[in-house]
Amino acid sequence: MEASKLPGFLLRRGVKAAIVVLAIVVCNFLLVHAAPGDPASVIAGQSGAADAVFLEQLRRQFGLDQPLHVQLWIYLKSVLSLDLGFSHRQQQPVAALVLERLPATLLLTGAAFAFALAAGVTLGALAAQRVGRWADSVITVIALTFYATPLFWVGLMLVLVFSVWLEWLPSFGMSSVGVEMHGLEVVWDVAQHLLLPALTLGLFYLAVYARLTRATMLEVADQDFVKTARAKGVPEGRILRAHVLRNALLPVITFAGIQAGQLLGGSILVETVFAWPGIGRLAFEALLARDYPVLLGVFFCTSVMVVLFNLLTDLLYAIIDPRVEVAG
Amino acid sequence: MTVSRRGLLAATAAAPVLMRVQDALAQGIAPRRGGTLTSILTPEPPVLQIGVNNQGPTLVAAGKIFQGLLTFSPTLEPIPVLAKSWTISPDGREYVFRLQEGVKFHDGTPMTADDVIFSITKFHFELAPRARAIFALIDKAEAPDPLTVRLTLKQPFQPFLLMFDTSACAIVPKHLFDGQDYRTAPAVQRPVGTGPFRFAEWQRGNFIRLERFADYWKPGQPYLDAIIYRIVPDSQSRRLALETGQVQLTQASDIEPFDVPAMRSRPNLEVSIKGWEYFSPLSWIELNHRVKPLDDVRVRQAISMAIDRNFITQRLWFGVGRPATNPVASTTRFHDASAKIAGYDVKAAAALLDAAGLKPNAQGVRFTLKHLTLPYGEVWTRLAEYLRQSLRQVGIAVELESTDAGSWARRVGAWEYDTTINFVYQFGDPTLGVERTYVSTNIQKVTFTNTGGYANPKVDELFATARNSADPKDRQAAFSAVQKILCEEVPQIWLMEMAFPTIHDKKVRNAITNGLGVHASFDDVFLTA
Repeated sequence: MEASKLPGFLLRRGVKAAIVVLAIVVCNFLLVHAAPGDPASVIAGQSGAADAVFLEQLRRQFGLDQPLHVQLWIYLKSVLSLDLGFSHRQQQPVAALVLERLPATLLLTGAAFAFALAAGVTLGALAAQRVGRWADSVITVIALTFYATPLFWVGLMLVLVFSVWLEWLPSFGMSSVGVEMHGLEVVWDVAQHLLLPALTLGLFYLAVYARLTRATMLEVADQDFVKTARAKGVPEGRILRAHVLRNALLPVITFAGIQAGQLLGGSILVETVFAWPGIGRLAFEALLARDYPVLLGVFFCTSVMVVLFNLLTDLLYAIIDPRVEVAG
Repeated sequence: MTVSRRGLLAATAAAPVLMRVQDALAQGIAPRRGGTLTSILTPEPPVLQIGVNNQGPTLVAAGKIFQGLLTFSPTLEPIPVLAKSWTISPDGREYVFRLQEGVKFHDGTPMTADDVIFSITKFHFELAPRARAIFALIDKAEAPDPLTVRLTLKQPFQPFLLMFDTSACAIVPKHLFDGQDYRTAPAVQRPVGTGPFRFAEWQRGNFIRLERFADYWKPGQPYLDAIIYRIVPDSQSRRLALETGQVQLTQASDIEPFDVPAMRSRPNLEVSIKGWEYFSPLSWIELNHRVKPLDDVRVRQAISMAIDRNFITQRLWFGVGRPATNPVASTTRFHDASAKIAGYDVKAAAALLDAAGLKPNAQGVRFTLKHLTLPYGEVWTRLAEYLRQSLRQVGIAVELESTDAGSWARRVGAWEYDTTINFVYQFGDPTLGVERTYVSTNIQKVTFTNTGGYANPKVDELFATARNSADPKDRQAAFSAVQKILCEEVPQIWLMEMAFPTIHDKKVRNAITNGLGVHASFDDVFLTA
C-alpha cells in the first residue's frame, strides 16, 4: 500500500462510518422503544403497588411524556455532543454506568480473545502439520466438541469441577469482596476469578480459530509456491511459518476482527453465569427494566467499536498481504 | 392527650414479643461482635433509597440502612423501633408516638420529630403510592416537642400502625431532601438513615457493601462489622455460591423452589420459610372478567375445582408456602378459617361447565384460554404448564404466552390478557392488601389494582365498612362476610399463601426474629465462631 493513499482512505471511511453509526443510533432508538412496556410500568410492576399519579410522575421524570420524535431528536442532539444521556432509573449518567463496567468486560473478553487466538492458531497449525495422524484427530475432536457445546453448560461444568469438587477456584464474581489485599494479591485474586469465565468464553472461539487455521493451512500447503519453496530446500519449519501460516492467516484475521468488534459488548451468558460485572449484563438488565438510555448507550459504544475494528481489519490485511490494496 | 386503654394495650403488647427475642438470645450463644456477613441480592436494585424505590431487593438491603417507627412480630403485634412507645385515643383518630432518645443519622445529625413528620407527610406521601393512599387520611401532624409526634386522622383507621415499618415508612433526614426533587437529590445515591449499617460502597453488577454504624443508638449493636450483598444473576450460580460457602445467607427468590430440598439436606445450612408474615403474599390465577366465559361464576368455580393446590404446593414449590383457602392469607389479620373455597374435584368441575352450557367439541375442548406466563423465574413456567394440563382435563384448552417483566406489567395494566398469574403483598390487613383487588372503585388500568374487573356492590360495601370502622369486632364481621361471598364467587382463583425460603449457614444467628424476616435491620444478627 502506498502511504499517500492512506489519509484519503481514512477520511472516506471515517465519513462512511459516521453515517453508519448515526443510522444505527436511529434504528436502535426506534427498536428499543418498539418493545412493549416502558420503565414506569416496569417499576410499578416491581414495586407491588402503583397508582395513576405514580406512573405519570415517573413518565414525566423519564421524559416519556414527550412524543416519540421529540424524544428521538433530544437523544440525537445529546449523542452528537457525545453525551450518552442519563439513567433516571438508576439516577446515574449513562457514560458513568458504562465506564464503570468497561474494565471488567475488556479484561474478560480481552483475556478470552488472546487465549482463543493464540491457542486456536497453535492447535490449528499443529493439526495441519500432522494431518491424518492421531494428534490431528484429537485436536479436531476437541475443537468440534467446544464448537458444538453451549457456553453456559461449559461454564457450569467448569464451576462444578473446579469450584465445587476441587475447590480450587471461586465460582463467581470478579474479586474477593471484604478482604484487605494489596498489589500482587489483588492481581492473583482477580486472575483466579478470571480463569473460568475467560476459559468458557474462549473455548468456543478457540475451536473456530483451530478449525479455520487447519483448513486454510491445508489449502495453502498444496499451492505451487510452497512446492517451489520445498524444491529450493527451505527447511520445513520455515516453510510452515513463513509461507503457509502467513498466507493462511487472512481468514483468521477476518474472524478475529469480528470477534474483536464484540469485545466491548461482552457476553451476556458468561457474565450471567459467573456474575461478572460486565457490560453484557448491564445491557441485558437494562433491556428487562426498559432502561432505554443505558441500553442505547451500550448499543452505541458497541456499534462504534464494530465499525472501528472493521476499519482496523482492513488495514491489517494490507500489512499482512501487500497485494491487498485499501480502497474507500 | 388521653392515654387510652387500647393504647396502653398496644404499648404493652409489644413487651412480651421483645422478651421472647431476648429469651431466644439467652438460650442460644452469647452474641459475638465482629465478622462480615455475605449475602445475595437479586435482582440488583436501581437505588437504595426506600420511597424512591420500593422493590423487594431494595427493601432487603436498605432495611439495614433505614428504620421505621415500628416493626412487627410474626403475629403482627407492633414492636418499638424508633418510636419507643405510642398511644391511640379512644376514638381511634389520634396517634402519639414517643421517639427514642439519642438516635443519630449516619451523617451525625440527631433524628427528631421534624424528620419523622417530613418522612410521613412529605417524602413517602409524595413518592410512594401505598403511603399516599393511607397518609392522605392525616389531618394534622404536629411535634409538641422534639421527641414526640402527634398525628390526627380525619377518620379512624384501625390498620394505621401497620404503615410504620421501615418497608412502608422509613424515616429519612429532612435536611438532605427538603426543598429538592426527592428522586434526584444527591442523598439517593448515598443513602443516609438511622439504621445499624451505613452505606459504604456499591460496585454496580458486583456488590453492595454496608458497614457498621458506630454511633448506632442501641449500645453494643450491631454485632456485625459489615454486610456484603453480592449480585449474582444466575439462579444455579447462586445455589453454588451458597453450597460452596461463598455466601452465608440467601432470601426471597434467590434459590429456586426446586433447589430447596437439596439445601434442606445439607447439614451446615438452615432453611426457614418464616419471616414473611407481614407481607403474606397470596398468589392467584388472575382472570380477566371481560373475557367470556370468565364472567360466568360457574366457569370460575369449575377452574378453581380443577386445580390441585396440594400438588402445586408440594411438587412445584416443595413445601415452601401452603395452599390458599380464601382471599385473605391465614397469617393476615381477620382471616376467617371458616370461609373456604371448594376443594379439588375434577368431576364436579366438569359438571359445572356442562351446566354453564359449554359442551366439549370432538377434541374434548369446551373453550380456549390464553395464559400469560408470569416471567419471574422457572417455577412460574412450571406452574403455567401444570395449569395447562389440569385445565385440559376438564376440557379447557390453555395456550401459554411467554413474555418479559416489562411486557407483563404493561399488558396486565392495560387489561390485555385472558388469564395470568398474579400475587400481591397483604401488609397484615385486608384493607391494606386485599381490598384493592376486589372493589369496583379500584378498577384501573394500572397493575395491582382490580385489573380483573370484578364488581359486586355488596363486596364494595363490606370492604368500605371494614375500612371505616374503628372497632376490630365490626371489622371482623365485615371481613368474614366478604370472605364468604368471595369464596362463592371466586373472582380470582387463589392458589397459594406464598412464602420464600431464607437459607443460611447455621453460624448466622437471628436471621429471622420478626414478621419481616430478612427485611429487619439485622442489628441483632451475629456470626458464631
